[in-house]
Amino acid sequence: MRPFDYKRAERLEHAGQLAAAEDTLAIAGGTNLIDLMKLQVETPATLVDLNHLPLAGIEEHEDGLRIGALATNTATAVHPRVRADYPLLARAILAGATQQLRNKATTGGNLCQRTRCWYFTNTDQPCNKREPGSGCGALMGRADLHAVLGTSEACIATYPGDMAVAMAALDATVEIAGEKGSRSVPLREFHLLPGDTPHIENVLEPGEIITAVTLPTPVGGKQIYRKVRERSSYAFALVSVAAALRMEGESIAHAALAFGGLAHKPWHDPRIDDLLTGEKPSMALFDKAADLLLEDAQGYGENDAKIPLARRALTATLIDATGVSA
Amino acid sequence: MKSLTMDKPDERNRLDAMKQGVIGKPLDRPDGPIKVSGVAPYAAEYDIANAAYGVFVTAPIARGKVAKIHEDSVTGMDGVIAVVADERFTTRAAQGTAGEAPEQGPGEVDYWGQPIALVVAESYEAARDAAQRLKVDFHADDLADIPFDPDAVEPEKDEGQRQGDLAHAMAEAVHSVDRTYTTHGHASAAMEPHASIAEWQDGKLTVHASLQMLNFNIAELADALDLEEDDVRLVSRFVGGGFGSKLGVSQDVVAAAIAAKQVGRPVKVAMTRQHVFQAIMRRSESTQRLRLAADAEGRLTGFGHEALVSNLPGEDFAEPVTQSSKFLYGGENRLLRIDVARIHRMCAGSVRAPGEAVGMTALEAAMDELAEQVGIDPVELRLRNIPDKHPTKDIPYSSRKLAECLKEGAAAFGWQGEDRKPRQRREGEWWIGTGVASGSRVHNVEEAKARVTLRPGGTALVETDMTDIGTGTYAILGQIAGEMLGLDPKDVEVGLGDTDFPRGPGSGGSWGAPSSGSAVFLACEALREEIASLLKGEEGNLTMKDGTAVVGNTSRTIDELLGGKELQRTGHFQPGKTEKEFAAASYGAFFAEVAVNDWTGETRVRRLTGAFGIGRVLNEKTARSQCLGGMTWAIGAALTEQLLFDPRDGHLVNCDLAEYHVPVHRDVPECEVLLVEERDPAASPIQAKGVGELSMCGAAGAIANAVYNACGVRAYSFPMTPAVLLEGLVEQAKA
Ligand SMILES: Cc1cc2nc3c(=O)[nH]c(=O)nc-3n(C[C@H](O)[C@H](O)[C@H](O)COP(=O)(O)OP(=O)(O)OC[C@H]3O[C@@H](n4cnc5c(N)ncnc54)[C@H](O)[C@@H]3O)c2cc1C
Ligand code: SF4
Repeated sequence: MRPFDYKRAERLEHAGQLAAAEDTLAIAGGTNLIDLMKLQVETPATLVDLNHLPLAGIEEHEDGLRIGALATNTATAVHPRVRADYPLLARAILAGATQQLRNKATTGGNLCQRTRCWYFTNTDQPCNKREPGSGCGALMGRADLHAVLGTSEACIATYPGDMAVAMAALDATVEIAGEKGSRSVPLREFHLLPGDTPHIENVLEPGEIITAVTLPTPVGGKQIYRKVRERSSYAFALVSVAAALRMEGESIAHAALAFGGLAHKPWHDPRIDDLLTGEKPSMALFDKAADLLLEDAQGYGENDAKIPLARRALTATLIDATGVSA
Repeated sequence: MKSLTMDKPDERNRLDAMKQGVIGKPLDRPDGPIKVSGVAPYAAEYDIANAAYGVFVTAPIARGKVAKIHEDSVTGMDGVIAVVADERFTTRAAQGTAGEAPEQGPGEVDYWGQPIALVVAESYEAARDAAQRLKVDFHADDLADIPFDPDAVEPEKDEGQRQGDLAHAMAEAVHSVDRTYTTHGHASAAMEPHASIAEWQDGKLTVHASLQMLNFNIAELADALDLEEDDVRLVSRFVGGGFGSKLGVSQDVVAAAIAAKQVGRPVKVAMTRQHVFQAIMRRSESTQRLRLAADAEGRLTGFGHEALVSNLPGEDFAEPVTQSSKFLYGGENRLLRIDVARIHRMCAGSVRAPGEAVGMTALEAAMDELAEQVGIDPVELRLRNIPDKHPTKDIPYSSRKLAECLKEGAAAFGWQGEDRKPRQRREGEWWIGTGVASGSRVHNVEEAKARVTLRPGGTALVETDMTDIGTGTYAILGQIAGEMLGLDPKDVEVGLGDTDFPRGPGSGGSWGAPSSGSAVFLACEALREEIASLLKGEEGNLTMKDGTAVVGNTSRTIDELLGGKELQRTGHFQPGKTEKEFAAASYGAFFAEVAVNDWTGETRVRRLTGAFGIGRVLNEKTARSQCLGGMTWAIGAALTEQLLFDPRDGHLVNCDLAEYHVPVHRDVPECEVLLVEERDPAASPIQAKGVGELSMCGAAGAIANAVYNACGVRAYSFPMTPAVLLEGLVEQAKA
């Protein structure tokens, strides 16, 4: 681990200021950042500790809910409002990591967690994300974990998290504060595709920090988080599907789906939601949804199976959500 | 010293004649409380004054030479003491029981991630930082010239073991199976990473290390450093799991010793998780062709098991995939062989039940196909094929409880073997099915010594350099001595893991308990002879119980008999003719129930029952725990564990516990363990055999067979991940 300075942010304005300095990273739960610092994948000269900011609250917000950036994943998952109105979020969080990690992990940290690409974490291998211009180790190497949607020549990594996939389906908003003031960004637009700048993973500008995530008015219906993985816990998703789907009579009144493990960001394709909404559920309809999802999918050898797996996980989720029989 | 060479079976069954009644009892491990409370010191945890910290620098090339190490790139850094790069550094761990230094000379790089130098600093963090920054020039060989893929090179052909004409038997067979299976490599993945603290005093070296076989390790270390063994002491009182990875002296031990000498103060080297994964032994991947020829009733007439495994050039070890295939089932016409591909991945060596762990998986999966063809209960198929005599040698089997394991296991599991049609049971999205497999693991013993001291006050002390790698050695040796000497095991102190104690074979190959246990037994017999003579009687008439010795009408407490002095004897056990004159193995049977998700191919084990014949059970609880551990590893081998290598430079990509998937709690259902009553007189004078590894050998086959029974997909590649099963599931759905 490289020696670093430690600064404690006492007030929000202060945090932005501190975080804007060169070679500086914010730290919350530390469950991702410290691992990467040990490996010297991250080598900040300064850490700004956010943990003393009053951002841990989970409170009512208009008709929705505002989850503070420092709320732990555990606190969010067990919150009565979350369980009652956004069970998808609770399920996604509980499908991730382990109890110990979730006790430390925070909303902001979870959104900003880095990829698990094993070339990214191995400093003796090339990686455009870690070292822009050095090349992508995974592209011609082992891509078991990697993306099949929205990849680029420069990077085929995934965003590995679960929580954000649920938040994407729930159409959450990320609240951001910086030196120049605050702004909000739809969660679906918070993470970026790699393009030729895979080292830029989200829309945060230097000095900006996440202060909260807000969830809109609950949509009700069936909420399902299906996470496919080899071992039944403590593993990142091969593929995951987050679905919030409400039936009215025979038809789908509301559908919002997002996908994990497939791309550099929680994958949300509005065409799928549109396709499903207002329709009578059927296997043919689900097939069309999967076709849309995967029309541009590209495998890289070891991860080819993610494509059929995504199709089947989506179909199974829709069957589960609508009660259609296969 | 009381010696015994195992030249004939020991039918005396002496432990059963003893009166204390503690042998076999499910006693708690005496080391349990200090382990779970964090008090037991592991290698890196000794508080040694003035210790500096060493971190390895590893080679980012697959093969080549170190051209220049730019020490000046780190010498100015805060806390950095030295860069140590010594020709005597070992480039890989020694193979189990090598007893001599492994390959030395870190300047020659043979695999990606090979340690080449050690940076020593005042703190671990400073050392790690400097190790990362140290600039090293290499002459790297052209990757295009280096073989990494075992299938792409011409392997070293094994002559194999041939008998009769297998091809002919296959052609003539009423039923036959000819299948090829692949298994991925495994890591031992012990919880405690390899670590050492080396300290020199007056020319003598002491290393606290995490090792399984001190008697061999001291020889390996002494050889590497050109020292006399008398000038070296190794201490491994507690070992946080080994699973084969700590059989041979590892790179940290040698480097710590050299660095400590060079910097003139103790040096601690705790390998990072990534370094352990990348530079300590891997289990080789394997490709296995199974050929089974059978008559109309399913009796084997031909048996073929041919494997391709890999290792670095020059390494002797070849994953002994066919080890139990040599004797488990009959079949007149036989062909067994293990070819080795020489490739430049990290060194392959012993990992968790080398050989059978993957060999039995494939064999038992093939047996399931044969049972299906013959149309009989797969349990019955196995029972029919238990040979009366060894298929190739004119020797008898020692005690063999395979049939009992199959039958008792089937009863406990509620096995239904008649209708084995797949895809019959469904719960929601999940296909449910069951499978069976035999278990088998060769039995070995090794030379062992142990010293037992009776102490005034009526307590005893057992000392041997045997290790407890989490298996329960502390418990069982105390129980053996307690039983023999008539003491409550609480009054028996056990000292392990120190080369200053009498030497034994250490832990590995599941021989620790039968070997070192026999040495303790012999030392106790010698003490009993002495006690009997103090009572003017024969040892055979002596009863020792609850601290009192009785011969005829004379009864004295041990304390009285000792008269304030200690009484000490050493036991010396040696393997002998029984090794060659009997085919000895531990046997078992596994019954699995699994659920396979029809959509995703995710597979979860719902029930796992194992029945085992392991000779005398020394402690029912620790034996059971060993079996649970092995069965858990089998779940990993069946479903989740695989080493993944970059095809271009052979480096291991999934080198931490987040990406190398050992089973987690949720993957492991309530497992049932049955220990079948057995004494094996040919195995050891305590009639005990190996336990730990057996419970992994075959269980993954039972799981594979259950997967087939559940969803109708036969897997020929392990682990059976969703990606492996998906295609078959899609086809089944179409059919
Ligand atoms: C072994 C393991 C398994 C895991 N499995 C899963 C899994 O299955 N699913 C899953 O979703 N996750 C998983 N995780 C990841 C875990 O969820 C993240 O590590 C955690 O959510 C990060 O939160 P943190 O507060 O600890 O972040 P930190 O480690 O403190 O920070 C992570 C990053 O976020 C930045 N950051 C933190 N807070 C803010 C803020 N308020 N504003 C701006 N930037 C900020 C930091 O600068 C840093 O770059 C796993 C982690 C581990 C170690
Ligand atoms: S996939 Fe992305 S993160 Fe992985 S090596 Fe390539 S550039 Fe780096």
